[in-house]
Amino acid sequence: MPVIQYREALRQAMDEEMARDETVFLMGEEVAQYNGAYKVSKGLLDKFGDRRVIDTPITELGFTGIGTGAAMAGLRPIVEWMTLNFAILALDQVINNAAKMLYMSGGKLNIPIVFRGPNGPAEYLASQHSQALQTMLVHVPGIKVVAPATPYDAKGLLKSAIRDNNPVVVLEAEMMYAWTGEVPSEEFLVPIGEADIKREGTDVSIITYSKPLKMAMEAAEQLAQQNISAEIVDLRSLRPLDEKTIFESVRKTNRAVIVDESWPMVSVASHVGYLISSQCFDYLDAPVELVTSEDVPMPYNHSLELAAQPSVDKIIKAVKKVLYID
Amino acid sequence: MGTTKDLSKYDKVFLIKLLTDMVLIRRFEEKSAQMYGLQKIGGFCHLYIGQEAVAVGSIAALDLSTDYVLTGYRDHAHALACGLSPDSVMAELFGKETGCSRGKGGSMHLFDVEHNMLGGNGIVGGHIPVATGVAFKIAYNKENGVVLCFFGDGAIHQGAFHESLNMAKIWNLPILYICENNQYGMGTMFKRVSSVDDFSVMASSYSMPGKQIDGMDVLTVYDEVSAMTEHIRNHKTPAFMEIKTYRYKGHSMSDPAKYRTKDELEAYKKLDPIVILKNDMIDNNLLTEDEFKEIDKDCKAKSAESVKFAENSNEPPLSSLYEDVLV
Repeated sequence: MPVIQYREALRQAMDEEMARDETVFLMGEEVAQYNGAYKVSKGLLDKFGDRRVIDTPITELGFTGIGTGAAMAGLRPIVEWMTLNFAILALDQVINNAAKMLYMSGGKLNIPIVFRGPNGPAEYLASQHSQALQTMLVHVPGIKVVAPATPYDAKGLLKSAIRDNNPVVVLEAEMMYAWTGEVPSEEFLVPIGEADIKREGTDVSIITYSKPLKMAMEAAEQLAQQNISAEIVDLRSLRPLDEKTIFESVRKTNRAVIVDESWPMVSVASHVGYLISSQCFDYLDAPVELVTSEDVPMPYNHSLELAAQPSVDKIIKAVKKVLYID
Repeated sequence: MGTTKDLSKYDKVFLIKLLTDMVLIRRFEEKSAQMYGLQKIGGFCHLYIGQEAVAVGSIAALDLSTDYVLTGYRDHAHALACGLSPDSVMAELFGKETGCSRGKGGSMHLFDVEHNMLGGNGIVGGHIPVATGVAFKIAYNKENGVVLCFFGDGAIHQGAFHESLNMAKIWNLPILYICENNQYGMGTMFKRVSSVDDFSVMASSYSMPGKQIDGMDVLTVYDEVSAMTEHIRNHKTPAFMEIKTYRYKGHSMSDPAKYRTKDELEAYKKLDPIVILKNDMIDNNLLTEDEFKEIDKDCKAKSAESVKFAENSNEPPLSSLYEDVLV
């Protein structure tokens, strides 16, 4: 099976869906002539031309709204945000228009649009460029949010997102674009709303998504050497959330650690923690533990910025806490 | 009194339709105010009385099989002018399941997909990029339509307006941005918060045609919007128009409009768009007082019937709460 980068998986997804459906187009800052700020759209301008691969001015609110209007009128836009940090400017259009139009029109106007771009910290980018902002989107009814962490999931979920008749946000990450993994050459989709067990285990469920998946996998590896069997649940979709898979895992292992690189207050992690507490209470052998970013803006200094984020050590420590070891 | 305006270039049936549409909106809005007072309608309710010539004259210039209309929250008139029935609008104001948005939208979120009226938006200026996106679709599919994007003088300073005009120009989108300058952004006289008094100059910043016109004469609005939309279709360019108008009522039902004088209001009422067209038609022997009374009676009856329809309609079932969140 071919091994490709995460960015190539996303590119393939867009390439295939644009070839399949004339109404799909890509717009955003630097997506065309520059081939994408992170080279995700490399080659698409050459293949599809400037009618369908469109450079925008730096006006996140404006082009997010234009995409929303185009979707309302029957096209299927992919709007690339250079990062989620900049998409804060576009949130009015996402929350007040894209997410609400179907409901407030009494079911008349759906918005088949994809918003995608990197989310979460990279390195040395300081406070304004290092935010994991999924909570702001996941909070809102009327949109779907997915956060693939492997090239396979990235391709399959982006293709599903493009075909979905609702607004879907696809959360990527600068650090993940160069990650590699096996992706079949034949066509496939990953359905939105299904979590994936990335590693089976019996002693503890580590529930995570997006970039921290890699840390969780490494932690599980180290724990295995200490005879601790960790199961890794990769949520993949944040809204809708695959509660069934989460509960089945926790009911099997009786312990849960949730790893989420956003801030701790009112997060995906805190919501999943609540769901487990309420739905798996009788199965739990320890309180649910959360590993999140520290409750501070991101500092520039490298040691400080690493200290602010989840890490393999923090995950191992949390696992040991729920196992009452040490 | 003055010279008679020559209406010979207009079809009589067309003029009667313009007049009837304006009277219907006037009577419908008066009925809405009454029902609001009776607490049959809740929340925000922004009336259009005084501005009728703008929506009616502009929308009359369109072919709604290919053209589109989007507007802000003062949207009852645009919905009616696009062809939505008074029954389904009043039922929506009442929050009933027979409303055009099934009782989920209310006053600010009226939609008539059949006639390409795509809302009804409650965020000041928030629909301007969306309307630009609809124009993007027209250009993408190489269709012949034009979008009319209405908004008020309060919306024109939003970034959404400026970002949209820039992109509309660089991509040559077929859209006419219409600023309905009714002089007050809520309670703030527009000159107090604008760097320019004549908004039409803003068009030149985006290298597109711009024009300021009188919005109290429906035929001026019709002629000017017709000419501008033709220009848009022929020259593949967006355009901007400031239409000067006036609202007789407050910003919303809760606003007593103490920020302006009675004299100012009375002066504008002398420029009433319905009276202007009515008198012009009478002067041209195209209408009699009795015929006007019939039109008025008919519009009052339609408005009263819409209230009956709304009152007799069912509340949406509680089970609809979770419907239409996602497709």
